[in-house]
Amino acid sequence: MDQATVQTFGAPAIDAAVRYGIQALHIDYAHSLDDIQIDKWPRFFTDDGVYRLTTRENMQANLPIGIVHCIGRGMMEDRVKAFHTANIFEPHVYNHLIGPADIVPLTEGGFQVRSNFQVVRTMESGRMDLYAVGHYDDVVVVEGDSLLFKERVVVIDSRDVDILLVIPL
Amino acid sequence: MQVQTTPNRGNEFVWPEQGPTRAPFRVFSDPEIYAEEQEKIFRGPVWNFLCLATDIPTPGDYRTTTIGETPVVVTRGEDGTINAMVNRCAHKGALVCLKKAGNAQRLTCVYHAWSYNLDGTLKAVAFRNGLKGKGGMPEDFDVKQHRMQPVRVEVFCGLVFGTFSDKTEPVETFLGPQMSAFMRRNLDRPLRVLGTHSQTIRNNWKLYAENLRDSYHATLLHTFYTTFKVNRLDMDGGITLADKGWHHVSFARRAKLEESAEYAQANVHSAAYDSKLAGPALLEAWDEFDDGITHSIQTMFPNLCVQFTLNSLALRFFAPRGVDETELFWIFLGYEQDTAEQTQMRVAQSNLTGAAGLVSLEDGCINEFVQRGTHMSPNVSSFMEMGGRKVESEASSRATEAAVRGFWKGYRSIMDF
Repeated sequence: MDQATVQTFGAPAIDAAVRYGIQALHIDYAHSLDDIQIDKWPRFFTDDGVYRLTTRENMQANLPIGIVHCIGRGMMEDRVKAFHTANIFEPHVYNHLIGPADIVPLTEGGFQVRSNFQVVRTMESGRMDLYAVGHYDDVVVVEGDSLLFKERVVVIDSRDVDILLVIPL
Repeated sequence: MQVQTTPNRGNEFVWPEQGPTRAPFRVFSDPEIYAEEQEKIFRGPVWNFLCLATDIPTPGDYRTTTIGETPVVVTRGEDGTINAMVNRCAHKGALVCLKKAGNAQRLTCVYHAWSYNLDGTLKAVAFRNGLKGKGGMPEDFDVKQHRMQPVRVEVFCGLVFGTFSDKTEPVETFLGPQMSAFMRRNLDRPLRVLGTHSQTIRNNWKLYAENLRDSYHATLLHTFYTTFKVNRLDMDGGITLADKGWHHVSFARRAKLEESAEYAQANVHSAAYDSKLAGPALLEAWDEFDDGITHSIQTMFPNLCVQFTLNSLALRFFAPRGVDETELFWIFLGYEQDTAEQTQMRVAQSNLTGAAGLVSLEDGCINEFVQRGTHMSPNVSSFMEMGGRKVESEASSRATEAAVRGFWKGYRSIMDF
């Protein structure tokens, strides 16, 4: 089969290379956080990229304030710095499970991407909790030879965060 | 004959003689004390925060919440008045309203379809007269004798409060003149909700009540504050206590920072932190008030706080969910009159607080650390003599535990400990 595009019912054709590229972006992003390579986190975004973490309830009510709201990579870097030097918390790790991406090309370039996630958090004590369930609403763009998030909106289904949130989802 | 009011606890529980400078750890983990608090505090002579008036703007709007752990529903009646009732059917006791919020002409219990007017009075009972002449309620059944249990309501500064007690004074009297004036400063104009979420903290609710009143810890634990000079104890600031000690305001003026050598000498770990932000939009702020106060925390007994950090205005409402679990609600606010640019600044500053707040996330775990550290030591007490042993306002320093002592003074009086 020499077909270079993958098409789903009712959805526009997406180049297989794009699909694999976005999948790789999702995987790299999740694994970096799971490995607490948090310094890498801002680098998945464009310079003016937006990272928002909010709840389904806030999204439905169209309310602007959620849980985290970084406008530009600088605000993300400040969070990374705070993680290393200012914030106090009990050590823990995440394990992201990411669902397949739903990709729609945007007329202005780039792609609107939606995917589900579940994150299990393991504390040093060994306690494991299903910590967050929700979906990512992304705008992914091509910059040079990289795919980057121009926007990543993390929408958690619950209104409630257990204990605290210091590592991004 | 001596009446023993707390038979389950027996006579062994005695508050330490040092008074409000000590809190016996037992009060954070004893389920019997927790049950007593539900009765004496939350169902007692206090005003409990229920919701914002703007949450239920239209007749028929309702909103569910809890007073202590008791489920409550707040409604906007046809005539615009606000009502509150225990969210419990007068028939079998099921929850009447299941959703967080909604709009309805009447409230109907899903179990047997008993339906209530928006003020909680019983309107109709399904199959009251039976079917085909059989069954039905007795002839002397009177809908007026049954209703959802009412909760007395008062609105102050756009906040809806409820109380179970007939003895609770009006909200302004309950708060006292200074506390009322400061609440007016922050909230007495049309409010707009900008976003909400909650955070489950695994500790007794009083540990968070203490934590909010503890201006001593704020800049030591939350080092992001100090680093970026949002709030440091060497800023001009102080603490005002309400008469009973129940409520307090802690305030600071960012412009009047005179750096003191103690921060460097105390090896506060924030001092090592490079204070230049890569994303300075986080702290872009404007002066909203003439009094120069740029940071304030106001508590209202038992479980409400109004936060104003730079331009980040938020309510923190912490609802007990068991002796060792508390749900902390963050309700971020702006004013109807805000410009788009001002809203944007409030949005950026929202990163400071909340479950992932750069200056607040530590409170999610620190109170749990106290819970875990104390739960097996009921007869040991904390030590709180920073700033002396008195319970009084401190106009020029926040290096004090005066407001925490105030809380315990008020707590002991209402609990009769």
